[in-house]
Parts: sequence; C-alpha cells; structure tokens
Amino acid sequence: MLDNMDGDRRGFLKCMAWAGTGALFAFNGGIGSSIGLDAAIAAPRKTATTPFTFVQVSDSHIGFNKPPNADARATFREAIAKVKALPTRPDFIIHTGDVSQLSRPEEFDDAEQMLKEAGLPVFFVPGEHDMLDPDGGKAFLARFGKGSQGAGWYSFDHRGVHFVALVNVADLKPGGMGNLGAAQLKWLKDDLAGCPSSQPIVVFAHIPLWTVYADWGWGTDDAAEALKLLARFGSVTVLNGHIHQITQKVEGRIAFHTARSTAFPQPVAGTAASPGPLKVPPEQLHSMLGITDALFVRGHDRIALIDSTLAA
Amino acid sequence: MIRTFHMLSLLASILVTYTLLLTVVSDVARAAPVPAPAASVSIGNFTFKAQVLTVRLGTTVTWTNADDIPHTVTSTTGAFKSKVLDSGDKFSFTFAKPGQFGYFCSLHPHMTGTVIVKA
Repeated sequence: MLDNMDGDRRGFLKCMAWAGTGALFAFNGGIGSSIGLDAAIAAPRKTATTPFTFVQVSDSHIGFNKPPNADARATFREAIAKVKALPTRPDFIIHTGDVSQLSRPEEFDDAEQMLKEAGLPVFFVPGEHDMLDPDGGKAFLARFGKGSQGAGWYSFDHRGVHFVALVNVADLKPGGMGNLGAAQLKWLKDDLAGCPSSQPIVVFAHIPLWTVYADWGWGTDDAAEALKLLARFGSVTVLNGHIHQITQKVEGRIAFHTARSTAFPQPVAGTAASPGPLKVPPEQLHSMLGITDALFVRGHDRIALIDSTLAA
Repeated sequence: MIRTFHMLSLLASILVTYTLLLTVVSDVARAAPVPAPAASVSIGNFTFKAQVLTVRLGTTVTWTNADDIPHTVTSTTGAFKSKVLDSGDKFSFTFAKPGQFGYFCSLHPHMTGTVIVKA
C-alpha cells in the first residue's frame, strides 16, 4: 500500500511538470510525509483511484463595463474557453463569487449560459455583488444555490476529498469585514464532525478567510472560529476570490490561495487610496485576469494550484 | 335670537378668514426666504465624505456614488436603506428626528459614516 502511495507521489511529481503557461504553486503544508499515511490507509475506500483536477473561476462581475474592461462578458467567455482547452478535463468548476456586478437577472442569465459552454458541473458561492437583489441574495440562491443551507453554504465529497462551500458576504456588520455567523459555524462543526482527520478538505468562499488587509475589509471577522474546526485535518486548502489577484499563505496545515478575477484587477493591498478596478492599459489587462487549475493526487496532502492568465 | 346668531356667525367667519390669512402669511414667510435644508455626501475611494455630517432637523441628505464600484447607504438601526447605488446613482433621506444616525455600506462594511441631526 505504501509502495503504491510512493508510486503516486512520483506520478504526482510528473503531473506537476505540466505547469502550463501560468505560475505554478505547489502547496506544502509543512506536513511530514508520515503524517496522515496510516490514517489515509485506514480511511474508507472512497479515496481517489486516479488524480483529478478541478478549476476555480472567480469574480466574473458579469455586467461590469467600465475601465479597464468595457466587457466583462467577453473576458469571462475567454476564461471558459481556457477551461475547455485544458489538457486534462477538469471534473468540475467552482465559482468563488461575484458572478454578477449588480445581481441583475440578465447578468445571472448570461453567466449561467456561458458556464454551460464548459459542459461541466459548477459549484457556486455568492460574493457581495450577488446579494443585491431586493431580497438580499435570494435571486442568486434560487438559481445557483439549490439544496444549500442558510445564505448558501453546503458541502460535498468528490473522490475522497471533502469540499466545503462557505458564505461570508451575508449579514455584514458595520465596521466589519466578511462574516460567517454563528449558524454557519455551527453547521460547519457538525459537517466536519463526520470527516476523518486524514480526509483532504477544500474550503471555498468569496472573501479571504484570512486577513489580507483589514483597512480594505479584505478578511473575515470570525474566520478564526472556522480555522479552529479545520486544524485537526492533515490537508486543508482554502480557495477565495474577492481581491482579484493571487495571494497565498501557508499556516500550519492550511494552505490559503486567492484567485484572479476574470473581469478586472485590483491594486495590491495598501498601494492605492482604495480597492476597486485597477485601470491598467488595454494591452496589460489579459495578463492580470485568469483562472486557477487545481490538481489533486491521491495519497498526497497537498494540492497543486496552477494559475494561468487569459494572456497565455 | 336671530340677531345674536347673525353676530356669532359673522364673528366666526371673521375668525376663519383671519386664521386662513395667518396660515397663508406664515407659509409664505416660511417657504420664501429659507429653502428646505439640504446636504450632500459623496462616496469615493470606498469612503463616505464627510464621515461625520452635522445637519439641522428636517435636512434632506443626498449621497452620490462617485466610485466605479456599487455601494449602499444602510442605517445601522434600520432607519433608512438605499437600494444598490451604481456609479453616479443618488440616494436621499430626510432626517425628521434629532439624534445620531450611524450608517455603513452593506457591501463593504468597513465603510462607515454618521449623520448628527440637531433640533
């Protein structure tokens, strides 16, 4: 069994070679190779038999039409084309929120239609731009959150990996940042209770679950509560959007990563008077938009994340 | 008897006329020289400007979003709430009670402001 896993590790390294045109990030959670192996062997046989990939797209802001991007629909279509052209067909797509610019029905319609082009299942979490209908997010949930709970949270298992979708853009508090809330944290506690510590966990939410920059609200006030619940797991990957640029951090066994937007870049934290669209020249725009391809290999406690731009 | 009634009705009509006249005069006096109080707050760079605004009772405050990103003006106590304001959109609220009114952007809650209404 261990030999098999070593074989997988070699395979994993081989897989890592196809870095594509984007930057390659292989997260090392600082975990010794022995940790989790016994537990992984003991884990139910629902673990993956083959490596698989999934793709993260984020912040499509369908409806955005100001500098530096007069047509966020066009760049989203390019991102979908890029997903379709990946050398390995992903199992599914996750969209980490701000699907729309203003939660208008036609914006949701267009996003849905364009995503259908990919021919893959899509899992969503809302961003704050998706909560702007008169009912505070119900329009988004009716379309993209069927079967979810509360403001849109849910979980599912895929090839032995436990995926958790969290919502941190509902019921935001004055002066605060992102917020998960007591009800969701209680649900998360119950949800994770059924998972062995050896099971790899992928958490995705719109606003970063660690504080990237408090002055701009780039963080989640009660994220520490969620991270406490995740601390016992051998491999946790947290995927976020919201800030329209790649940032990453490893803390213990938890690897954090934010994706590029498919609509417009934002300034690096603290380098401008405020967040908001970074007005780059047209020839630079495509190099600042992109998608993230996540590669999971059985028996490994890390996920390779490959960010590639629309320019490539 | 009839005479008394006539006198009374005459007095009453004079009173009514006076009252009407007074109302008209006072309305004119109120409306003409002093316009309805108004104030404005610009939203730019993810900030409400001014962050603390002091107005007198009855003032209509108008917020205008000058950012490229939508914002809202949402009272912390539920006293008022704008719809989402896209770039250039405006929202007005007339403060009919004195007090301190905190508000924030429900999309970007680190954006906060206060209107102080003085009687």
